[in-house]
Amino acid sequence: MRAIHDIHGGIHPPDRKSLSRPGELRDAAIPRTLMLPVRQHLGVPAKAVVAVGESVLGGQLMAEAQGAMSVPVHAPTSGRVIDVAPYPLAHASGLQDICIVLETDGKDEWRLMSGVTNWRELSPEALIERIRDAGIAGMGGAGFPTAVKLNPGPARPIETLLVNGTECEPYITADDTLMQCQAAALIEGAQILAHVVGAGHILIGIEDNKPEAIARVEAAALEAGANIEVATFPTKYPSGGEKQIIEILTGQQVPSGGIPADIGLVCVNPGTAVAARQAICEGRPLTHRIVTLTGEALARPGNVMACLGTPIEDLLVEAGLTLGAEQRIIHGGPMMGFAVSDLSAPITKITNCLLAPTLSELPLPGPAKPCIRCGHCAEACPASLLPQQLYWYARAKDQEQLTEHRLFDCIECGACAYVCPSQIPLVQYYRAAKGQIRDSEQERKRSDNSRDRFEARQARLDAEHAAREAKRAARKAAAESKADEEGADPIQAAIERAKARKAEQDKTP
Amino acid sequence: MPALLADQPLLGALLALLCLGAVFGALLGYAAVRFRVEGNPISEQINALLPQTQCGQCGYPGCRPYSEAIAEGDAINKCPPGGEETIQALADLLDVEPQPLDAEHGVEKEPVVAWIREDECIGCTKCIQACPVDAILGAAKVMHTVIADECTGCDLCIEPCPVDCIDLIPRKQGIGYWHWPLPADRAPRFDVIASDAHRQDAA
Repeated sequence: MRAIHDIHGGIHPPDRKSLSRPGELRDAAIPRTLMLPVRQHLGVPAKAVVAVGESVLGGQLMAEAQGAMSVPVHAPTSGRVIDVAPYPLAHASGLQDICIVLETDGKDEWRLMSGVTNWRELSPEALIERIRDAGIAGMGGAGFPTAVKLNPGPARPIETLLVNGTECEPYITADDTLMQCQAAALIEGAQILAHVVGAGHILIGIEDNKPEAIARVEAAALEAGANIEVATFPTKYPSGGEKQIIEILTGQQVPSGGIPADIGLVCVNPGTAVAARQAICEGRPLTHRIVTLTGEALARPGNVMACLGTPIEDLLVEAGLTLGAEQRIIHGGPMMGFAVSDLSAPITKITNCLLAPTLSELPLPGPAKPCIRCGHCAEACPASLLPQQLYWYARAKDQEQLTEHRLFDCIECGACAYVCPSQIPLVQYYRAAKGQIRDSEQERKRSDNSRDRFEARQARLDAEHAAREAKRAARKAAAESKADEEGADPIQAAIERAKARKAEQDKTP
Repeated sequence: MPALLADQPLLGALLALLCLGAVFGALLGYAAVRFRVEGNPISEQINALLPQTQCGQCGYPGCRPYSEAIAEGDAINKCPPGGEETIQALADLLDVEPQPLDAEHGVEKEPVVAWIREDECIGCTKCIQACPVDAILGAAKVMHTVIADECTGCDLCIEPCPVDCIDLIPRKQGIGYWHWPLPADRAPRFDVIASDAHRQDAA
């Protein structure tokens, strides 16, 4: 039995998970049009490789990755590309970005796919290549390209592959459902990923509020092999943060600014493991995902397997949403999610939940009142930060102090804002401050580069000028030495020549 | 000599002080020569804070001359591309009061890059000569183009262009550059007396 450690802080909000009946999975209908953003992950957007009017089959590559920090996008079903242009996205900014719009034909024809079953005989490099080509980005919410995560470099040997089945945020049951319905696939996916990173040990961490998932995963693990350990731990938000679950299960802390690989771990979401198994064993790219549709405004909440690119509105209407004017739709969970401004926006690889709460269920936040320095936020912070200090420094835009107070260790879980009696939107302050610091950092790099280029140009111009001067001086010296040799002053000679010519001209008329 | 010093303690003390003074004076003099700093270190620090657009809007030919001028005592509010943020940073560095941006030298605008409308370009190379950071590529009578990553948006290439084919377009566009804004400050400003709040609401 593994020793379970406690993390600092944390909160116990009502979990409301039974609302979406975890464990029941239905297929969402294929909508008439799918909108596939080329940016569904963290990093560089993919580049569309299909033209408007082109017919595509399910699983066909539609946008290819641009460099290492990028993942491709594939067609979730067959149809015709009708547009490649900016469309609204499910993004906190409400901005638009390039989407490939696919008009589905309802036939759902797929290209021929070939997987391998003897993956144990393939090299990790070959498997990583397949995972990259399948367009897999972390499915827990951040969308980090999985192929990059699986390649921490030889300097960081990996001992343990950790599957993070915590799903600590209220309402969301997508991972719970996945663990219940696809436990065997999850285990095989975890084994593949462990083989890729060279981990000898597989650890699956699940919060104790999911007894069904724990039982199913334990049974599947028992069937698969002895090196798989299923660990359960008490429910608390945010135990599912990557650094938090690692501390809970190992007692070790990931160093500030570091990654789990620094202490010999790679941590993945169960959805990512299942997607990796599909990519390797079936040759099937990531084109679908499980989405929790929940909230009291829905008549039929539940978990659906939906095509990536399905408009949010289609899914919610299918789940029985009657759209009122006041209805808020939250992408993600109630703690870390954001309100979607345009319901025609599609779901992406990172959409684990769509929440349609009634006003009485999740009331709108009241106006922020002044901070009374009660310190509840510091008690709740799972990263042991000082949220109110960060708040003041964020307001003052004091970047030096923010960095000093470890703003970048903040996981934006929202526990501080949840306990704040003054209802201050603390996390938004931290997100804004992080954005400003990253901006300044970029600007500084840019200006350093400009300075170097300016100085290089200046040096070049000076050198050219000096070279011209030197040439002129050399010519002058040559002329003088010639004059010395001939015994006559060349300037005097030139003046005399000119005079003579002038006299000639005067005579002529 | 020792007898004289014993008789006159004041003289001994004076002599000792004199010797000490001479030794330390020599040491200081040597250190001043040996550890002499070339150039003006404060102007280097100022230059590191300036945005390096090399646009000349401050009235000096580039960021380094302006940084030298600030080190000599010129105003810190003449840099529109740097804007309030640079003024604040300079004020912190020099320990002076930040001033609002001097409107005489321009207003703070969002960052831009130059963009050559390529089918209109006649290949005169005038913009290439004007660019302070060598961010324009091209040769005589062939089309020129801007390396967007290197362009500082200084607008020095606009004026020399004989066919007016250079635009300045916003540099930070799209979802990749977005970040959360600071929340609007909606905290009610109570005065000392709570009933003042109602008056404020009514107003």
